[in-house]
Amino acid sequence: MVATAIEVHGLEKSYRDLHVLRGVDFDVARGSIFALLGSNGAGKTTVIRILSTLLKTDAGTATVNGFDVATHAPDVRESISLTGQFAAVDEILTGRENLVLVARLRHLKDTGRIADELLERFALTDAGGRRVSNYSGGMRRRLDIAMSLIGSPPVIFLDEPTTGLDPEARIEVWRAIRELAAGGTTVLLTTQYLDEAEHLADRIAILHEGRIIVNGTLAELKKLLPPAKVEYVEKQPTLEDVFFAIVGGGK
Amino acid sequence: MTAHFIGDTGTLLGRSLRHVSRSLDTIVTTAIMPIAFMLLFVYVFGGAIDTGSDSYVAYLLPGILIMTIASGVTYTAYRLFLDLRSGILERFQSMPIARSAVLWAHVLTSLVANLISLVVVVGVALVMGFRSGAGVLAWLAVLGSLLLFTLALTWLAVIPGLTAKSVDGASAFAYPLILLPFVSSAFVPTGTMPGPVRAFAEHQPVTSIVNTIRDLFMQQPVGNDIWIALAWCVGTLVVAYVVATGAYRRKIS
Repeated sequence: MVATAIEVHGLEKSYRDLHVLRGVDFDVARGSIFALLGSNGAGKTTVIRILSTLLKTDAGTATVNGFDVATHAPDVRESISLTGQFAAVDEILTGRENLVLVARLRHLKDTGRIADELLERFALTDAGGRRVSNYSGGMRRRLDIAMSLIGSPPVIFLDEPTTGLDPEARIEVWRAIRELAAGGTTVLLTTQYLDEAEHLADRIAILHEGRIIVNGTLAELKKLLPPAKVEYVEKQPTLEDVFFAIVGGGK
Repeated sequence: MTAHFIGDTGTLLGRSLRHVSRSLDTIVTTAIMPIAFMLLFVYVFGGAIDTGSDSYVAYLLPGILIMTIASGVTYTAYRLFLDLRSGILERFQSMPIARSAVLWAHVLTSLVANLISLVVVVGVALVMGFRSGAGVLAWLAVLGSLLLFTLALTWLAVIPGLTAKSVDGASAFAYPLILLPFVSSAFVPTGTMPGPVRAFAEHQPVTSIVNTIRDLFMQQPVGNDIWIALAWCVGTLVVAYVVATGAYRRKIS
């Protein structure tokens, strides 16, 4: 077991004239949550696609779980699971069938039991026998993440896991991600929501114009700005506080 | 990795067959247009067409079966396109599976779905008075030719499935294939066609395949046509397979 789950050095990638990545470096410690922040088109998805062996780099190296993505792609695939930007679930199958399908493709035994346990854990037991085309966006995302957990891969990539979700679904996803990290899984997530990185991540890196321009803990990042000025402001509830007070959800 | 090829293909085949069984309309729509043409030609045009054979249904059926396959394989392009667009293909590719299993599962699904459509069309032909004295071996030869033709066209369908920009684009490739039987010996003997059309009709693949199946049904010796038909099918299969797997590799890495 190596202490770093993901090591990325000098990653470069161009699409014709467009230099998406211009030398990306970062490491992710085992069992931590690492957030890759950046605006749309900053190259976050490109990094994820390279790390999950879907795309080849032009230059630089990357290892996942100790395996080089270029030379040991099958070992990398054995070590990871990818939850892409759009819930990649089979609409025509039921939720349970989706889970059984992934469990079979991971060559596990007792696939029915695995599926039932995950349905329960993600509050989908009642919906398990229904076709996914009838699911809400939040249920789809939960199923998507449940599919990623099958076989307990040591490293999980989540590409914008909460984009397009309502606040309740977002908090459910956050809870699932925290549980994963607590169980020792390394999570690399991309997001364009700053508060998501703030709530979840042990370390945050900002990808801008093809390079990592900042990489550190939230406290370290906050030190980059001049010290906070102390002001007394009446605390107004945020719309999120109001929303949860009314609908009865919570963090 | 390749050790899992058969198991992974089986798992993914089960998935696509569920898609087929949950949208049986795809089988019906595949069969309905060839059946409509069969009704039209037998009961409207057929009386005025002199093929020199006793039963026009029997003369027509091989071409109708070719048409059924040509419209059936469009669903392979369609399903593959949807897999690509929904992102589920990427999910499969990021998993420890035999990568080619994804394509083979779609291809085998096409064979099964087309076989069902063909049985439906032959069933309608039987109701319309189609009879054949062909023996078991001849029927097996018909089945083999049709499956080989389906396999070749399915691999051809994989190419637009992987490269198309829209759903319509993914299935548009089939229109020329569906119309090809009209300029062949499928509906009328080629002898009455004007020179250049006749030359095209007699040298395009549908004619040799149709003639072979027709001879098998009518218990005639198949002659050279079967070798020409085989050459067309195997040639198309090899070229389509190479291009399709090449497109697949470019798509996934």
